Amino acid sequence: MTSLPANPGATKLGLVIDLDICVGCHACAVNCKEWNTGGHSAPLTDTDPYGSDPTGVWFNRIHTFEVVNDEGDSRTVHFPKSCLHCEDAPCVTVCPTGASYKREEDGIVLVNAEACIGCKLCSWACPYGAREYDEDAGVMKKCTLCVDKIYNENLPERSRVPACVSTCPAGARHFGDLGDPTSEVSLLVAAREGYALMPEQGCAPVNRYLPPRPKAADQSETQAAPLSPVETGEDSAGLLARWVDRLLTR
Amino acid sequence: MHPAKSVILFTTASGAGYGLIAWLGILGALGLLPADLGLGLLAFALGFGLIVLGLLSSTFHLGHPERAWRALSQWRSSWLSREGVAAVATFVPAGLFALCWVVFGRNEGLAGLLGLLASLSCLVTVACTAMIYASLKTIRAWHSRWTLPGYMVMAMASGGLLLQALLLAWRLPIGTVFAWLVMLLLGLSLAVKLLYWRALAADDGGSTAESATGLGQLGQVRLLEAPHSESNYLMQEMGFRVARKHAETLRRFAIIGGFGAPLLLTLLSLVLPGGFGLAVTLLAVALLAAGLGVERWLFFAEAKHVVTLYYGEDRV
Repeated sequence: MTSLPANPGATKLGLVIDLDICVGCHACAVNCKEWNTGGHSAPLTDTDPYGSDPTGVWFNRIHTFEVVNDEGDSRTVHFPKSCLHCEDAPCVTVCPTGASYKREEDGIVLVNAEACIGCKLCSWACPYGAREYDEDAGVMKKCTLCVDKIYNENLPERSRVPACVSTCPAGARHFGDLGDPTSEVSLLVAAREGYALMPEQGCAPVNRYLPPRPKAADQSETQAAPLSPVETGEDSAGLLARWVDRLLTR
Repeated sequence: MHPAKSVILFTTASGAGYGLIAWLGILGALGLLPADLGLGLLAFALGFGLIVLGLLSSTFHLGHPERAWRALSQWRSSWLSREGVAAVATFVPAGLFALCWVVFGRNEGLAGLLGLLASLSCLVTVACTAMIYASLKTIRAWHSRWTLPGYMVMAMASGGLLLQALLLAWRLPIGTVFAWLVMLLLGLSLAVKLLYWRALAADDGGSTAESATGLGQLGQVRLLEAPHSESNYLMQEMGFRVARKHAETLRRFAIIGGFGAPLLLTLLSLVLPGGFGLAVTLLAVALLAAGLGVERWLFFAEAKHVVTLYYGEDRV
């Protein structure tokens, strides 16, 4: 049903993404694609994959931003983005068929592909670009928070996390219950002042982002020494070197 | 936003069809229209034809048109579903009203009551169509106070102009009075559209690359590298861009050619004798159709979605 759950449960499963740690390797996006192309919303169709204009469905994409402060000092921030499993998910309420729904038990937002008519309205309603249309299947697809992995009892317990989390080589992604203030992810968010994206849109996203830590004030010890300009005067080289230089520049 | 032809045709054609049937219902109930068989046949064929054309066109852009019936189920939360329900429901009073008119030659009294019900239903349907767009917070151009009035007055103006052509063709005296109402609606359409564009220009956007990434406290944010080298669904659907130069030309055409000229032609039709009056009114219909097409194209093409903040926009 496309109305949001009347009595949402206390559990709010979601991701916490540490922008201080992410190195922008895209491994989470690749493993997401790999797991999900055989998962709940399979396949994640690609069109023209080896041609000149490949496009396809991805649930997770990594953007890279440059942030420049007032002193002109810049830093690069890699920014993975997938569905934020909003508490007040507009993609769910706009759905005319009931294909889009938010689970009462854990807050995961899913699409029932059997009921989706492919009107694309949910993708218009989502501020975060979490929904991608599968031209081939004619239905909307989105991050499932690996619902087919996190509850999968055939997997060892430590593997029961979303594919993006288990694959991150830098440990920049965390998964857990953000509805429980004592959970590891909630404590992490509290400690690092994790924030929600575009709060002005009023969607109350569950996922949180941890800001990059401030740069160390004095970086003189770790910075490479500046290059000094090449000298060309009388004493800049030996007699032979100057003679060869004159010979070659002639 | 990508201006899909199917959706442009849907909103303009069904708007004109609902407008026409709304006018037939109101004027019929007031006893201002004769229940003439030919007039009824042509008017309802035109009205229902435009509505069906629009509704069919709206299903063209669906991934699964055969499941369209499912869209009637979520009227509690979804404006698109409400629009579907209202569109289907309108066929009941409008169909019965048409039947009374064409088969029994009645359009006042009890039939008029059906007509009024059909009119109300038509207005509700157009309002639901407008709310599909106006309810989306992600697109500030649509989340405007002028979206709903715009859809309403343009539906009533286009339906009204079609009826005006029929009134002239049947040489009904009410045509000389109704023409002024049509001119008023065309003028209102023009005014609402200008106000819509003024509000759009004055709105400097509510979201920024800084709020989209949450990195604003570190400094100014700009996209350094997109997630992929090629385009994707989001960029194709949400990232449509129209050159400002072309947008301005098209706006001028919509205002002058689409609303202004039909208004003047309607005025002209009042002083021209019989056939000429009808001819200029038909010309006005053609210009309004083109103008609405352009206006609706711009409604989509000029609208910016906040997701573009993740793809290089600074402020939306």
